[in-house]
Amino acid sequence: MSIGHTLLGLLESGPRHGYDLKRAFDEKFGHDRPLHYGQVYSTMSRLLKNGLVEVDGIEPGGGPERKRYAITDAGVTDVRQWLATPEKPEPYLQSTLYTKVVLALLTHRDAADILDTQRAEHLRMMRILTDRKRKGDLADQLICDHALFHLEADLRWLELTAARLDKLAEAVAK
Amino acid sequence: MTPPPGSLLTAQDLRKTYGPTVALDGAEFSIHPGEIVAVMGPSGSGKSTLLHCLAGIVPPDSGSILYNGREMAGMSDAERSLLRRSEFGFVFQFGQLVPELTCVENVALPMRLSGTSRKEAERTALSWMERLEVDDLARKRPGEISGGQGQRVAVARALVTNPRVLFADEPTGALDSLNGERVMELLTEAARSTNAAVVLVTHEARVAAYSDREIVVRDGKSRDMERVV
Repeated sequence: MSIGHTLLGLLESGPRHGYDLKRAFDEKFGHDRPLHYGQVYSTMSRLLKNGLVEVDGIEPGGGPERKRYAITDAGVTDVRQWLATPEKPEPYLQSTLYTKVVLALLTHRDAADILDTQRAEHLRMMRILTDRKRKGDLADQLICDHALFHLEADLRWLELTAARLDKLAEAVAK
Repeated sequence: MTPPPGSLLTAQDLRKTYGPTVALDGAEFSIHPGEIVAVMGPSGSGKSTLLHCLAGIVPPDSGSILYNGREMAGMSDAERSLLRRSEFGFVFQFGQLVPELTCVENVALPMRLSGTSRKEAERTALSWMERLEVDDLARKRPGEISGGQGQRVAVARALVTNPRVLFADEPTGALDSLNGERVMELLTEAARSTNAAVVLVTHEARVAAYSDREIVVRDGKSRDMERVV
């Protein structure tokens, strides 16, 4: 999962301090793997260097956690592009997809669109595998089947999530 | 939207309601000869209604369906019926074979209904059953064969008239994955060899993976994913 894009997405609703960002990230996405402060600050300095965020104010008291960050126009464009680009179909990408869907809902983008685009990308890969299977020997068939079943599991998750988008939107708005 | 050049069957802005239920709400569709298009979407999304409208089984409330350049709404019932019998083939989730007839009689049935002699119809039927690897079941009745075999017989019956469009509604829905795959392999091979277009309604990704492209139907609206990715 791209921590940079996730933090950027969280900044879209308004400027935040580094500490606030970490807390929001942990609450929404880091249930079993909370961010270290070091990760937040190194990510923010990279985003700052790349012009995707700017410092909106510094509270007295010093220390990096006192900086307040705001997303720039370039940052908003970067988040939009990341959300719109399908992930390479591979096993266990649900956490990235989940993050994208939640961020889309939080930033009032079309979450169904992200799921549709991802479904198309998965199917594209499944067509390639199906074709390879059709032309190949039994070993090819078994290898392709393994990949196909994993992709199919992802797709089931996509369909279920698509059917629950309204509920998820209510849950993330709380 | 103007129909894509060379398309065989096109639908524009289709609307259909059943009482208070909106089944289609501006759906679009197009398919070229020899193309296999999967129609995907959750249960109740309108995908089967779309297939029924495209096949001329159910008239839409509004919108246009062009088959080979002709508006379907402008055809008489008899013309639409002839079209379904001679140019379209159908495979449904359950084979819907006639239980009193043998398998070869079932496959030959569409040709017999069009006036072909019994001998000629059964000869053609047998050649299709060979392609679908069920010719050894010719003299058995549907009750004596398995679900997977029955579905292959149904595919042979759908293709026996050399239709230009094959409509398949969840053709593997009642089969296990191995039998389902074999049916899809044989169905798509047979359709490609005759350049038939296939409208494949399915909610299964592994079945949709046999198509050339997919459209997604949700809440009666269609989305052509080829134009998105």
